[in-house]
Amino acid sequence: MSSRGVGMSARQIISKIFVYLVLAAGSIVVLLPLQWMISTSLKPLSHVFRFPPEFWPQKVVWENYPNALSQLPFDLYFLNTAFIVVMCLLGELIVSSIVAYAFSRLRWRGRNALFIVVLATMMLPRQVTLIPEFIVFRQLGMIDTFWPLILPSWFGNPFYIFLLRQYFLTHSRELDQAAVIDGCSRFGVFWRITLPMSKPVLGAVAIFSFQFHWNDFFRPLIFLLDQDKYTLALGLRFFQGTYGTEWNSLMAVSLVVMLPLIIVFFFAQKHFIQGVVFTGYK
Amino acid sequence: MSLAQFVKNQSGFAKVSISYKRGETLLAWAMISPWVAGFLLLTAFPMIASLALSFYKWNIISAPKFVGLANYHKLFFTDPLPLHSLKITVLFSLASIPLNIVFGLVIAMLLNTNIRGLSVFRTIYYLPAILSGVAVAILWQWIFSSDFGLLNTALRIFGIEGPAWLGSKVWVLPAFVIMRLWSVGGGMIIYLAGLQAIPTDLYEAAEIDGANWWQRIFRITLPMLSPTIFFQLITGVIFTMQIFTETFIMTDGGPANASLFYLLYLYRQAFQNFKMGYASALAWVFFLAILLLTIILFATAKFWVYYEAESEEDN
Repeated sequence: MSSRGVGMSARQIISKIFVYLVLAAGSIVVLLPLQWMISTSLKPLSHVFRFPPEFWPQKVVWENYPNALSQLPFDLYFLNTAFIVVMCLLGELIVSSIVAYAFSRLRWRGRNALFIVVLATMMLPRQVTLIPEFIVFRQLGMIDTFWPLILPSWFGNPFYIFLLRQYFLTHSRELDQAAVIDGCSRFGVFWRITLPMSKPVLGAVAIFSFQFHWNDFFRPLIFLLDQDKYTLALGLRFFQGTYGTEWNSLMAVSLVVMLPLIIVFFFAQKHFIQGVVFTGYK
Repeated sequence: MSLAQFVKNQSGFAKVSISYKRGETLLAWAMISPWVAGFLLLTAFPMIASLALSFYKWNIISAPKFVGLANYHKLFFTDPLPLHSLKITVLFSLASIPLNIVFGLVIAMLLNTNIRGLSVFRTIYYLPAILSGVAVAILWQWIFSSDFGLLNTALRIFGIEGPAWLGSKVWVLPAFVIMRLWSVGGGMIIYLAGLQAIPTDLYEAAEIDGANWWQRIFRITLPMLSPTIFFQLITGVIFTMQIFTETFIMTDGGPANASLFYLLYLYRQAFQNFKMGYASALAWVFFLAILLLTIILFATAKFWVYYEAESEEDN
C-alpha cells in the first residue's frame, strides 16, 4: 500500500478508517478477557453471581488478593518456580549456544546430517519419551525432586539450538578467522566474539525459556508430589480444586501468577517480538 | 520437499566440497557432546524403551509381562477411547490451526498498511500469546460459564442466548478453538515480519501492470509468505495436537469424553492407572499419527510453498 505525500483520495481515507475500526474492535475483543479477569478479581463473591453480570465491579474489594493468596503458601511456590525457571534458563542459554556454535561456525564432517537429527527431535512430541524418562528418574530416586525438571535443560534444547544457529550463521566468517590469526583460540572466538554479537537472539532464548518454564504444567504434574515442592502452576491447580467456584479468588490468584510474565513482557517487549521473528525464519 | 531440502533451504549450506581440519572437528564434537548425550539418554534410548515397553504389561511395581501385540489390539479394537480421543484431537486441530493462520494473516495484513499506532496494536494483539498454562485455562473456564461468563454476557447484548460451552458435548470443542484463537498474535507477529520483508518494488511493478488488490494478495503476498506459513503449519500441528493443560483444568475430558484429548487419555493410563505398557503403545501411535500428518504436509509443500532461488554462499 503506498501513501505518497499528503494527497489521499476519498477511497483511501475510507479504507484507512475501515482498517482502524477493525483493528480497534479486535483490540477490544483481545483485551476483554483480561478486563473481565481484573473486574471479577475485585468483586465480592455475592456480586460474582449476579445476573446480569457486571462488567465493572460496583463494589471493589481489594482484600480479595491478600485473602486468596494466604490460603496456600504461594510465596513458597513462587520460590520453587523461580528456582526451577532460573536453573533451566541458565542451562538452556549456556549449553544450547555452545552446541549451536559447533553447528554453525565450525566445519566438520557430518554437520548437516546431525543437524537434521536436531531438527527431527525438535518435531518430536515429548510424550513419546516421557514414560521411559519417568521410569529412569524413578530408578535414580529423583521423583519428587526438581532434578527431572532441570536436568534436561542442561543437555541443550533443539529449538534453541536451531534459533541460535540461524543467528550465528549470519555472522561473517572472516571475523572469526582474523581473530584466530591474532592468536585467539576457537573457544575464545565463541566467548569473546560470537556471544557478544548475539545479544538479541540470546535475549530471545532467555525470554522463551522463562515463558515456557513459568507456564509449564505437564512435567511438574508428573514429577512433583509433595505440596512443599509445588510450582505456581501446580499450586494454582490445587487452589482451583479446593475453591472451585470462588471465581473472585481464582481470578485474583491467576492474575498474580500471570503478572511476572506480563511485567517482563512490557519491559522486554522488543526481545519478545524479535525472538518470535527469529522463529519465523524460513 | 524432503526434510533434507527443508534444512538446506533454512540455511544455504554449501554445495562445494570443503576440507575439514582435524582440530576443528574434535572441538566441534566436544562442543556438541551435551546434545549428543541428551539425544542418546533423553530421546533415542527412551524411544526404543517405550517401543519395547509397548509389548509388555507393566504396572511399575510388579515384574513386566510380555504380551506381544495385545496392547495394540486393545488400542485399535477393544478400547473405544484411544481412537475417539485421536479423532477429536485431529478435529480440534483441523479447526484451530487454519483459523489461527487465517486470523493471524488478516491482522498482520491490516497492521502492514502504514497505519499510525502500529506498535500499540501489535502489543495488544501479541500480549495473550505470551500467557498460557493453568492461569489462562482457569480464566477461560470462567469466561465460558453459561450464566455468569463473559462470552454469554456479551452474546446477550446481541440478543443471542449462548450454549453451555464447556458443559455441552457439541460446543466444548468450539470453545477450545475460540480459546486458542485468543493467542493468534503469536503467528501474527511472524507474518508481520514476513510481510515487511517483501520488497516493495514487487508491488509497484504489479501496480504498473494493472494488478488489482486481490491479484496482489494471491500472486505476491501469499506466495512470498508461503515458507513462513508452511513453517507455522508444521509447528502448529505438533503444538496443537499436544493440547493437555486446558482440558485437564477446564473439563477433565468431559462432558461424556467430548473433550478427552489424546494426551489426557495417555496421562490417565500412564500416571493414574499406571498401565505403563499400554500407555507406551498409546504414545507410539500418537507419535506415528503426528509423523504421518507432518509427512503429508511436507508432500503437499511442493504445490504451494514458494522458495526463492537458493543462495550458494558458504558459511
